[in-house]
Amino acid sequence: MITKEEVEHVGWLARIEIDAKQSDAYAVKLNSVLDYFGQLDEVDTENVPPTYHVADIVNVFRKDVVQESMPQEDVLANTENKQEGNFKAPRIM
Amino acid sequence: MAAWTDISGIIQKIADSSAEEVTAAYIETIGKSRINGFTTVWDEAINVAREIDAKGHAGPLAGVPIAIKENISTKGLSTTCSSKILQGYVPPYDAHVIERLKEAGAVILGKTNMDEFAMGTSTESSCYGPTFNPWDMDRVPGGSSGGSAAVVAAGEAPVSLGSDTGGSVRCPAAFCGVVGLKPTYGCISRYGLISYANSLEQIGPLATNVADIATIMDVVAGYDHRDSTSINRENTYSDALKDDVKGMKIGVPDEYFGEGIDKDVEKSVWDAIGKFEDMGATYEKVSMPHTKYALASYYIIAMSEASSNLARFDGTRYGLRTEGENWHVMASKTRAEGFGTEVKRRILLGTYALSAGYHDKYYLKALKVRTLVKQDFDKALANVDVLMAPTMPTPAFKIGEKIEDPLSLYLADVNTVPVNLAGVPSISVPCGFAGDMPVGLQIIGKHFDENTIIKAAYSFEQNTDHNSRRPPEVA
Amino acid sequence: MVYENPDGVRIGLEVHVQLNKLNTKLFCGCSTNYHDSEPNTHVCPVCLGLPGSLPVINEKAVEFAIKIGLALNCNIVEQTQFHRKNYYYPDLPKGFQTTQYDFPIAGEGKIVIEGEDGERVIRITRAHMEEDPGRLQHMGSIDKSKGTLINYNRSGMTLIEIVSEPDMRSPKEARRYLDKLRSILDYLDVFDGDLEGAMRVDANVSVYMGERVEVKNISSFKGAERALLYEIMRQKNHIRRGGEITLETRHFDEARGVTLSMRTKETENDYRYFPEPDLVPLRVADWVPEVLKTLPELPDAKRDRFIKEYGIIDMHARALTTEIKVANFYEEVASKVDPKAAAVWVADILKGELNYRDLNVDAFTVEDIVSVIELVTSNKITEQSGVEIIRAVLDNGGKPQDIVKEKGLLKVEDDIVAKAVEEAIAENPEAVADYRAGKEKSLNFIVGKVMQKTKGRADAREAREKLLAKLDE
Ligand SMILES: [Mg+2]
Ligand SMILES: [Zn+2]
Repeated sequence: MITKEEVEHVGWLARIEIDAKQSDAYAVKLNSVLDYFGQLDEVDTENVPPTYHVADIVNVFRKDVVQESMPQEDVLANTENKQEGNFKAPRIM
Repeated sequence: MAAWTDISGIIQKIADSSAEEVTAAYIETIGKSRINGFTTVWDEAINVAREIDAKGHAGPLAGVPIAIKENISTKGLSTTCSSKILQGYVPPYDAHVIERLKEAGAVILGKTNMDEFAMGTSTESSCYGPTFNPWDMDRVPGGSSGGSAAVVAAGEAPVSLGSDTGGSVRCPAAFCGVVGLKPTYGCISRYGLISYANSLEQIGPLATNVADIATIMDVVAGYDHRDSTSINRENTYSDALKDDVKGMKIGVPDEYFGEGIDKDVEKSVWDAIGKFEDMGATYEKVSMPHTKYALASYYIIAMSEASSNLARFDGTRYGLRTEGENWHVMASKTRAEGFGTEVKRRILLGTYALSAGYHDKYYLKALKVRTLVKQDFDKALANVDVLMAPTMPTPAFKIGEKIEDPLSLYLADVNTVPVNLAGVPSISVPCGFAGDMPVGLQIIGKHFDENTIIKAAYSFEQNTDHNSRRPPEVA
Repeated sequence: MVYENPDGVRIGLEVHVQLNKLNTKLFCGCSTNYHDSEPNTHVCPVCLGLPGSLPVINEKAVEFAIKIGLALNCNIVEQTQFHRKNYYYPDLPKGFQTTQYDFPIAGEGKIVIEGEDGERVIRITRAHMEEDPGRLQHMGSIDKSKGTLINYNRSGMTLIEIVSEPDMRSPKEARRYLDKLRSILDYLDVFDGDLEGAMRVDANVSVYMGERVEVKNISSFKGAERALLYEIMRQKNHIRRGGEITLETRHFDEARGVTLSMRTKETENDYRYFPEPDLVPLRVADWVPEVLKTLPELPDAKRDRFIKEYGIIDMHARALTTEIKVANFYEEVASKVDPKAAAVWVADILKGELNYRDLNVDAFTVEDIVSVIELVTSNKITEQSGVEIIRAVLDNGGKPQDIVKEKGLLKVEDDIVAKAVEEAIAENPEAVADYRAGKEKSLNFIVGKVMQKTKGRADAREAREKLLAKLDE
């Protein structure tokens, strides 16, 4: 069971603001899904390796050759929040 | 009005008139549409068509219009994943598939609606509002590539690209009565596809017929050095367009006809299998015992990956920004406002599944179950050439019917997600009707054996007339 | 003498080294040569984390990482993969850092430093590859600024994070460790340590075997020593006042020279590591034999060889092998003149003059130092003139042969000295008498006169010998 407090903590980890009113509603819906996920406990996975990639390939590289970068104008084209070629964000803390 | 037609018909039409005329006809059709399948029509499309006319129709798709899902990056053309958080985002680069389409002479008509960030089975969670099923405006088109399927079904585009993470091409193909292919993982470069769940998803084509699917695959599939999971392997998909299933061995997994399956869907699929027998194939029942756990495994993996993939939408570089007293608060407010409810739920669940104390119980466990599901496919496909099953257990459901209950929505994906866990290819072709709604037959193949499932689907199409019926909602 | 470590200091270091000698970044083809460029001009969809972009590993970066691992005496892992380290910060364009987690490319190594009481082995825990975040500029202090400017030119640069065991017992040992590390990396030609941000240090510090405190944001070696001195003092004072040291992260404020607690909600993390689905595993252990062939002779081995081969003293050998450039320079010089003289001239004199001017050995040529050494050893100029020539070359340029002439530094001919000696004796009978009467000091007076007559070009030691010989006749 995920608690209201856990919902708020996970919300913070995921940087999604959740107020106290919402966290109850979230907890209900999330618990119904987590309940369903719980059925995996039935499966015996002892000695079963996890599958991170379906294709069994290794060692994919590129050569250390320079490719053209984007013009600064394009880099900053999708934001209004910029200053002297930099992105501008609020202060950190 | 644009014709309900195929690529070869369009190419003929272009030869007789012009690419410009064909594109204009489609844009006119889209203008009259009531299904809300397109999010944006590209204002450059006509110019591109004109240029193609000027250049003399070089390339296998010269002048052929195509619709592109909202999550595939198109340079200079808004790409938002149907999310408020990406409002106004215009990619400065083309996805690999877009480069290939442009090289082949295709004309990008515009972008199609989808469930926000591809998280859904109904295209109801889009910030542009739901897309309607052209067969019944009260029903969903399926999802998440609902727009891509609906516009093809409604004759607003001859072909389209969608993406399939857990059935997102096949489900709307089935619900809208068109053909949709989810290729083998690694077959089509994901470069430029905005990730939902990287280890599961593939771009896939949708069309009114199997031949067009093969034609699009010949253009978009193939190695791309910018996608490290892309597999270097040559194949010509249109070679598979042969009416010949003699001796083909079909496996029918019992587990795909489980609880909750619609009777008409079940009947259509068995009729289809009967038709394959008539055509010279044989079938046998196979068992895939871990199917039941595939859904939970799939959702845990998809949500976990999504929670990380969607972290970049923090209001700093593009898209929505909601101000706050510091950067962390700004990011939290932006994400709270910019993401829809279902996306937030999945991010929260994915974050939880990866977090300290739960990582092994959920994430790692899901990956182990994934191994077992994959082994089910390896075993089943060792003895048969293809597997056949209903794409969706039911026909398209009503708008609003499931959206409030996430779990019931997830359960609809029961027959499509195992395919993504295993990374194998699968095609959905129309195989009949449940009432007035189309039913899709899912044909699943071995890794990189697209040609066998394309051949099976093509043969079925040649010997039946399920896709000759047209939806009432054609503008 | 054994070092007692009275405060039970234990220091472990995490050093981030930027492999700026690669042509391109870790996962994209953007050039690494951004240091003098406008902000956000060395970025692409990949290192800007644009939606839909995908990483592809730079093969050379992996080769460099293996090279570093081998130089640090590490094991190279059989199979590794990149993980995502998930946390939110504006310098991270993807909302996660792509790094290595459970299987770092290099594990368990060691390096030897000059410790407080002789040679000391510092164990390396691991060395792993990761991407550098972008660069933040706070418009004011970190907590009160008007905003943050972000430049992603640095984003995606290849870093090697080298983690040590807490084997260092003093800030001095930590400094020596860092110097040694830099020396080794310098030999490998994988980075230019002079570029801004090339090496960044985080430190774990504890006293009296207590809890460790992590000190972040140390951006220079000098900074490391200062931060550590401060932090040890802070912990000792805190304990003396009855306080308790608890696990925490502190931020080094370079300007004020203090460490500040960072305990805020913003720094609370749960990194939720998982393997990067967009990259496939690396199985590169079989590259080791090939990479080994490219491994140069490293500082310790070179030092030992110099002692043996050139017969120079340990102190000179160390000084000459810290920087590969200096070592190569010395060897070239030593092949042309007496190696021992070369060691004195390069290690003691030239290096001193270079350091004083904040220059490196590139500022002087082998040819010129060989000329200087030859002039001195062939007795044509004095040692003091040799030093003067080096200074002149460094400050005003020119060739030693020309400077010798311009400044008239050539030692005068024997007969001129002899003549000056005779004159000095003749003109200063009192002094001569005093000397003969046993007043040793008056000899210096006469030597001074000789030097005056030769306008200082005579060698003082030689003048003295000649004078003695004459007086004793
Ligand atoms: Mg690190
Ligand atoms: Zn880049």
